[in-house]
Amino acid sequence: MSWLLAAPLIIPFAAAVAAFLLRNGPWGRRVSVAGSALALAASVALMVTVLQEGVVAAQMGAWPAPFGITLAADLLSAVMVVITAITGLAVAVYATGDITERQERLGFHALFQVLLAGVTGAFVTGDLFNLYVWFEVMLIASFGLLVLGGSKEQIDGGVKYVLLNLVSTILFLSGVGLLYGMTGTLNMADLAVTVPEVENQGLVTVVAMMFMVAFGVKAAVFPLFFWLPASYHTPAFSVSAVFAGLLTKVGVYALIRVFTLIFTGDTGYTHTVLLWVAGFTMAVGVLGAAAQTDFRKILSFHIVSQIGYMILGLALYTPLALAGAVFYLVHHIIVKANLFLVSGVAHRIAGGTELGRIGGLYKTAPLLAVLFLIPAFSLAGFPPLSGFWAKYVLVKASLEAGNWVIAGVALAVGLLTIFSMTKIWGEAFWKPHPEGTDPRLSSLPAADRRALIVPIAALAALTCVIGLFPEPFVAFAERAAGQLLDPEDYILTVLGGRPAVPVQVAEALP
Amino acid sequence: MEAVLAILIGLLVAASVYLMLAKSILRFLFGLILISNAANLLIFAAGRLTPGQPPLIPEGADAPFGTVANALPQALVLTAIVIGFGLFAFALVLAWRAYTELGTLDSDEMRLAEPREGGS
Repeated sequence: MSWLLAAPLIIPFAAAVAAFLLRNGPWGRRVSVAGSALALAASVALMVTVLQEGVVAAQMGAWPAPFGITLAADLLSAVMVVITAITGLAVAVYATGDITERQERLGFHALFQVLLAGVTGAFVTGDLFNLYVWFEVMLIASFGLLVLGGSKEQIDGGVKYVLLNLVSTILFLSGVGLLYGMTGTLNMADLAVTVPEVENQGLVTVVAMMFMVAFGVKAAVFPLFFWLPASYHTPAFSVSAVFAGLLTKVGVYALIRVFTLIFTGDTGYTHTVLLWVAGFTMAVGVLGAAAQTDFRKILSFHIVSQIGYMILGLALYTPLALAGAVFYLVHHIIVKANLFLVSGVAHRIAGGTELGRIGGLYKTAPLLAVLFLIPAFSLAGFPPLSGFWAKYVLVKASLEAGNWVIAGVALAVGLLTIFSMTKIWGEAFWKPHPEGTDPRLSSLPAADRRALIVPIAALAALTCVIGLFPEPFVAFAERAAGQLLDPEDYILTVLGGRPAVPVQVAEALP
Repeated sequence: MEAVLAILIGLLVAASVYLMLAKSILRFLFGLILISNAANLLIFAAGRLTPGQPPLIPEGADAPFGTVANALPQALVLTAIVIGFGLFAFALVLAWRAYTELGTLDSDEMRLAEPREGGS
């Protein structure tokens, strides 16, 4: 059992070491792709086990919970691990065509694998301090990737990204310290048991708000998102894609985890704050995007706007809304990473991402146009693509909760998303190229072309599959939401079916 | 003892917030050192203060006698110091690089990635 949970972590770390040692030749990127494929296999194995047996947990170093570090996976964790591996594999393949040799020599593949390990670790850990450590692993790798190559724009964006994220990290750490002071434990399942017993529930809410702000910065919610549009358009396209797909979602995952498992005592207050945050995040993100004229900057603001939908699902805190949030997470990671990958190809063949300077892609690169339309329409919520079902579930949940205003906001933001997507479509694809050149996919070397297009096509196909056969995915999301709202199984599995009394744990030692 | 430590943490946080509100990246970094140390002290204090009682198990016993210091928060603080040190070193190098590349440490002047409307 412990191998099952540790394998998705060990494989990327091993791949990182190997890729670093082989960074000067073509083997570095091959190791990276192979490592990502292996990690995908390992995470699918984890998923299958979780589907069959329910929550799985493993105690690292055989220290019994709540004393040692626990790795645990319920359905939400498992699906996040799988989707991380899918995105990781797609971007690893894409990177073989996108990343320059200089960036490879600087250690791109190693940093990339460490980033994947950090993200996966954050999803499977069952310990709050361990979550902090995984955040740091992820953060330091993302710092490296963001400024890799060291252009002036990257340094500029990097300064803002690094400094604001460090502040959120310290807030998180302080929250962990205070929570430990109140309960004497850091194991999340154990916290779920002990936090409701704390006498001073007011203090618990204060700590909950510290966590909300700390994870809110990571998730890029209003009004804490400013680091994201300042930096996400500066690094290499592979880096943008994996950041856009995964990093903010770790923040969302952490919010969902702590606000369904640990801080559920004062939902009237905390989840109302989240609801307001969700509404403003959706609206401000989409309006910010409407003001931009750069392919990647528009997409960056849309990350912010889409995060609002996921927070909305958490804020409503009904089974259907949480199912919507889980579904949205999965859909969004695939779609968003894919859009950034498309912007990279557009940059390569049309010569830029500034919409005023490119054009003509529809006429001369129709394949790319189709591959853009699928994730773009999915993002905006066109049936029958995955985004439609994600939005449908969330809007339905808001209406069922009697919250007409937020349902209206969600729908209006969907409309404005279409506005931004059609803006990109009109400028980059329909309008003739301002310099009269014909951007063609065939202008790329054959090996690069394959490496760039195959992952985009695969992710687009996945979007269509989710869109055309949503039923198993929605059913899955509902099961995951059921586990989140009733964490009995999670707590019992992690704590081994025992109440958290040290004497009994000692007896149960092997 | 707790009260003294609490006031010290408060002072550190206040000073670091003041520093971090400055435009200069360097002042921000100084603020960051202070607030990370404040967070470390906070964890230390949250683990209860038990001066002069090291968590040592006497020879032949399985558990320590009486009240002893809690070793876990200290392990956490140690981890946090190491991680914080690494991140801070990176941030410092980044600030140096920003100064040499962009010629300024004023965060208001760093507009390369997000130019003002209408050029400049």
